[in-house]
Amino acid sequence: MDIHEYQAKEILAKFGVTVPPGALAYSPEQAAYRARELGGNRWIVKAQVHAGGRGKAGGVKLCNSDHEIQDATNAMFGQKLVTHQTGPEGKGIYRVYVEAAVEFNRELYLGFVLDRSSQRVMIVASSEGGMEIEEISENRPESIIRATVEPAVGLQDFQAREIAYALGIPPNMTQQMVRTLQGCYRAFRELDATMVEINPLVITNDDRILALDAKMTFDTNALFRHPHVAELRDKSQEDPRESRAADRGLAYIGLTGNIGCIVNGAGLAMATMDTIKLAGGEPANFLDIGGGATPERVAKAFRLVMSDSSVQAILVNIFAGINRCDWVAEGVVQALTANPVDVPVIVRLAGTNVEEGQAILAKSGLPIIRANTLMEAAERSVMAWKNDRLQNTKVRAV
Amino acid sequence: MSILLDKQSRVIVQGITGRMAQFHTKEMVDYGTNVVGGVVPGKGGETVQGIPVFNTVKEAVAATGADASLVFVPPPFAADSIMEAADGGIRYCVCITDGIPAQDMIRVKRYMMRYPRERRMVLTGPNCAGTISPGKALLGIMPGHIFLPGPVGIVGRSGTLGYEAAQQLKDRGIGVSTSVGIGGDPINGSSFRDILERFEADPDTHIICMIGEIGGPQEAEAAAYIQEHMKKPVIAYIAGLTAPKGRTMGHAGAIISAFGESASEKVEILSAAGVTVAENPSVIGETVARVMARKAA
Repeated sequence: MDIHEYQAKEILAKFGVTVPPGALAYSPEQAAYRARELGGNRWIVKAQVHAGGRGKAGGVKLCNSDHEIQDATNAMFGQKLVTHQTGPEGKGIYRVYVEAAVEFNRELYLGFVLDRSSQRVMIVASSEGGMEIEEISENRPESIIRATVEPAVGLQDFQAREIAYALGIPPNMTQQMVRTLQGCYRAFRELDATMVEINPLVITNDDRILALDAKMTFDTNALFRHPHVAELRDKSQEDPRESRAADRGLAYIGLTGNIGCIVNGAGLAMATMDTIKLAGGEPANFLDIGGGATPERVAKAFRLVMSDSSVQAILVNIFAGINRCDWVAEGVVQALTANPVDVPVIVRLAGTNVEEGQAILAKSGLPIIRANTLMEAAERSVMAWKNDRLQNTKVRAV
Repeated sequence: MSILLDKQSRVIVQGITGRMAQFHTKEMVDYGTNVVGGVVPGKGGETVQGIPVFNTVKEAVAATGADASLVFVPPPFAADSIMEAADGGIRYCVCITDGIPAQDMIRVKRYMMRYPRERRMVLTGPNCAGTISPGKALLGIMPGHIFLPGPVGIVGRSGTLGYEAAQQLKDRGIGVSTSVGIGGDPINGSSFRDILERFEADPDTHIICMIGEIGGPQEAEAAAYIQEHMKKPVIAYIAGLTAPKGRTMGHAGAIISAFGESASEKVEILSAAGVTVAENPSVIGETVARVMARKAA
């Protein structure tokens, strides 16, 4: 789960990381008022969206007066910010963060991630902050410092000092850097984060180490023990279809194609999407309804997939292992009888009692297209989608 | 002999009193697995389907001689149960639980390192369907009847996609020595490489079918191992060619976050290591059959 920059800064500050003074605003007037409260004569206003690359996309502005703040935030509120991380649809701006502008002379990069190779928390740092880590690893790979944390004892001060020296932090500021690193690690560890990124971490003209930006991502599997973190979820930053699915216990990801997918199991769901692509179509979504595939879940899944207006065909692919195909088939028939859909439905069942399942689908009288293999199901889905589109175009032409 | 699990394995189920655990315990017993006990703190002395329940793993091991365990415990408590198994003398543990916090798994992995290699428990999962040595024993939640005994070793992350492969093999009359689910989580007990090593050393396994997906470095590690150390043929399928970058595809570990983690990059790395890659999931069985025929010729 992602949170906003201002929330990450609030958390990190509690763990001893120094951040610039700042305040949150929900309107241009409030932004100007907040700036005056903060004092000074130069401010940065930053659109709060769950995505990186805000600066280049126009989501971060330097302002020198009340008017400039009002103008800058007027242009932000209610707009969609499109960065290279948001996709073409962008993310809505409903909050801005106002910060006192800071004079600095160096920009560093600092990240904490779950490293899957060492199966430990890894610190990634670079003296080349300000650009994204992908750019750093491409342009200045030699500047990247890595250290892993031994989980039994946590981050040691000597490791933090080594990083500070390697980054060329002036000796009088080593202790500040150690405190920053320890603060980030403790926040990561105690709140079950999966990522903490400070980019840039700056050295100011008056010898302070400040987190100018901050990003934190949390392990959704651990939110049960961090209710205060769970509260920070902002649904305005999520795809509404995905939020709805998540609230119903379904794993759904919206994509840009036309063939909706209903599958049990994450691996099989990905394999189904891939097969659609191989057959010449594009999947509209990833959807894993879980190993069980109960009739209730199948019905929920149909409603969810149909709520995407670009869906022009639905492929159901269920491997019934412990439960039986006849039972899954009855679930599909029930769901389609209760809520008929106006797009072709292709069903592929495999596993236990597959013949009985097929027979139930055939007997139902519903216009269900049946398939035996996944490849066949994908090909039939693509064909049905193309035919359906053709017919609709003809109707419109008349 | 089969890897990890056979007819002699003496199995306990941690969390045996739960509804799902009871269902799958019955399935395992019906399959012929030697389930000797269950562990649920506070329920020691009870029985489930005639199977004695103990308060601790140590008690269960002392009373039954158990050497394998299936962890069926809810996510907040699962890491604790795995560590209890590791400390209680269990040799092989499968954890089915989906949703264990990643940092709990980091601690589990670190904890297991405290035992010398010869006494260290082997863990597969979490978030997996389990392990089966067809015709011998089942330690997990997979449908036993889709597996025939035979020479193919299966190792994969996904449950139902693994069933898909097993069913395709069965339809061609091809059997399986052992099928191991390593699970869909980012921090897991055993990697592809760990299981491949066991299959390479297992006289009953002649060919390996590896089913991977996007995310993480373990498919690439496996490719390096296959190239340098394996004589047995490996065929692979990798799911997620159409998965967008930076999104978690159901499995907590199925997310492309670095170079080499996308499906197309993994296919390329595995092909370069001499692995035969099935290009779509419908031809996994066919591809295994082809490679077996070539090997026999």
